[in-house]
Amino acid sequence: MADNETNPVPFRGGGFSHKPSFTVWMMVFVMLILFWEFGSNIGFISNLVLPAPSEAFNAFLQLIDSGMLWKHLRASLQRLILGWTFGTLLGVGVGLLIGLFSNVRAGLSPLVSAIFAIPKIALLPLFIIWFGIGEGSKVATILFGTFFPTVIATYGGVDNVDRSLIRMGQSFGLSRLSIVRKIIIPGALPAILSGFRISASIGIILLVAAEMIGAEFGVGAYILLAGSLMATDQLIAGVSILSLMGLSMAWVIGKVENYFLKWRV
Amino acid sequence: MTGIPQSLPSSFFHFFIFMDLQLNNITHAYGDMTVLDDIDLTVSGGEIICIVGPSGCGKSTLLRLMGGLERPDSGEVLLLGEPPKSSLNPLTYIFQDFALLPWRTVEGNISLALEDHPISKQESRKIIDDVLSRTHLSDFKKAWPRQLSGGMKQRVAIARALAVRPAVMLMDEPLSALDSQTRELLMDDLIDLWMRESFTAIYVTHNLQEAVRFGHRIVVLSRRPGRVREIVKIDKPLSERGADNEELDEVQHYLWRLMRDDARAADRELLNG
Ligand SMILES: Nc1ncnc2c1ncn2[C@@H]1O[C@H](COP(=O)(O)OP(=O)(O)OP(=O)(O)O)[C@@H](O)[C@H]1O
Ligand SMILES: [Mg+2]
Repeated sequence: MADNETNPVPFRGGGFSHKPSFTVWMMVFVMLILFWEFGSNIGFISNLVLPAPSEAFNAFLQLIDSGMLWKHLRASLQRLILGWTFGTLLGVGVGLLIGLFSNVRAGLSPLVSAIFAIPKIALLPLFIIWFGIGEGSKVATILFGTFFPTVIATYGGVDNVDRSLIRMGQSFGLSRLSIVRKIIIPGALPAILSGFRISASIGIILLVAAEMIGAEFGVGAYILLAGSLMATDQLIAGVSILSLMGLSMAWVIGKVENYFLKWRV
Repeated sequence: MTGIPQSLPSSFFHFFIFMDLQLNNITHAYGDMTVLDDIDLTVSGGEIICIVGPSGCGKSTLLRLMGGLERPDSGEVLLLGEPPKSSLNPLTYIFQDFALLPWRTVEGNISLALEDHPISKQESRKIIDDVLSRTHLSDFKKAWPRQLSGGMKQRVAIARALAVRPAVMLMDEPLSALDSQTRELLMDDLIDLWMRESFTAIYVTHNLQEAVRFGHRIVVLSRRPGRVREIVKIDKPLSERGADNEELDEVQHYLWRLMRDDARAADRELLNG
């Protein structure tokens, strides 16, 4: 063993933390599309199996030209926004009540857990009977589907608020209302907002499902029609629209999070 | 009793109002486990009482009972004298874990304690500026708690407590989450605050050195169920209790001798469940 040998200590730290990189993601995306296009052109990917991206894009342009895109999109967004807004607002309200009052919790939380597990789309026929085949049943499906996850996220958030902060509020003689407004709700907000992310994607899933069962317009109806005609290019175009809808909702929620949770990092 | 130096202007902002606190035969249990047994104690205005005792003997519980955060099973906690009108929150806590709202800035955390009171915006801004300058935090008014060191966080909590002009300060190991240097500095700050204008305080600690440095009287509790084992009085004024003080060292050793066997037994008890 030579004791005059010097070696740098090998570096073993680093990793396990994420840096967002838009360029990497763009490169992956573009390469995937190029590979797909190339594969379709040389026949490696059969047109019957999957249309080329350019074909799907053409179908999308056609949709714009015919003026149908706006009709479908408007119908879908209207249902989604109505259902999701009321579902989450009611969900936050009920979730706070369950979180704050033990009587409400004892009465409602088993019910919430029981209904949460039911795939809401199975209830669509019931909703059609109750609210009619038109907009009512579709909005109700989305409302119902987004309500329950929001309730659970909200009261989970309330339960997780640091008890020592509540005790601090009491020790300064704050009113109950002040404690709820200034300590419990801000403390539960991170959980409520991540609940919104989940309910947004649930909303889109239910939207499409509801529109497939009986709608003249809507992205789901467009996809269903494309599917039954085996127009896979239109199908891919429709699915891409859904994906964009999901991405924009996530983006908006991200902005809201940045604003309200700026105290976090 | 008061430590207000002559040189201060008479218009000096009055943070503290004296009030006596009296505990009569306090007994408290959680389930079958008696935590506090027949505690009698009177704290008079302007006095600092330190409470020491082995882990789990009910020090924090006693402090919660004193501030009305919990009700004793039997016995009573009395405030002697009308709570002064100028005090917004006569019994005010300083917590070990600071208890700052992470979603409010330094300023916002202090204003939290004032918002439920009928105080004008202007007046509350004045109070906030004043307590921040007293705790040397004026430059950090807009900072978030996550940007502050532990010592600064606790100073914010002290500023928040000062803002409501307490009659009695209840402190549960306010320095034990801090490193020893910060602890030393903050202890100096506390003593400084008391010398400028004396206040009544109950100070719970594990640290006997802190106890002999800060307490006029030191209450030694026995292991669970906590009883008052002895009350040690230190006559030396706070201003003369610098480092390397033989008299204080002696008191500290005496306290440790009182507690040692109990502490050892309490330790074994916890191990055996
Ligand atoms: N809310 C509670 N419910 C049940 N038991 C409790 C509760 N609070 C405290 N205890 C028990 O009461 C005993 C005294 O607790 P307390 O926190 O007052 O002790 P302590 O003297 O402050 O201890 P430490 O020095 O570790 O802070 C402990 O055994 C603890 O487990
Ligand atoms: Mg304790």
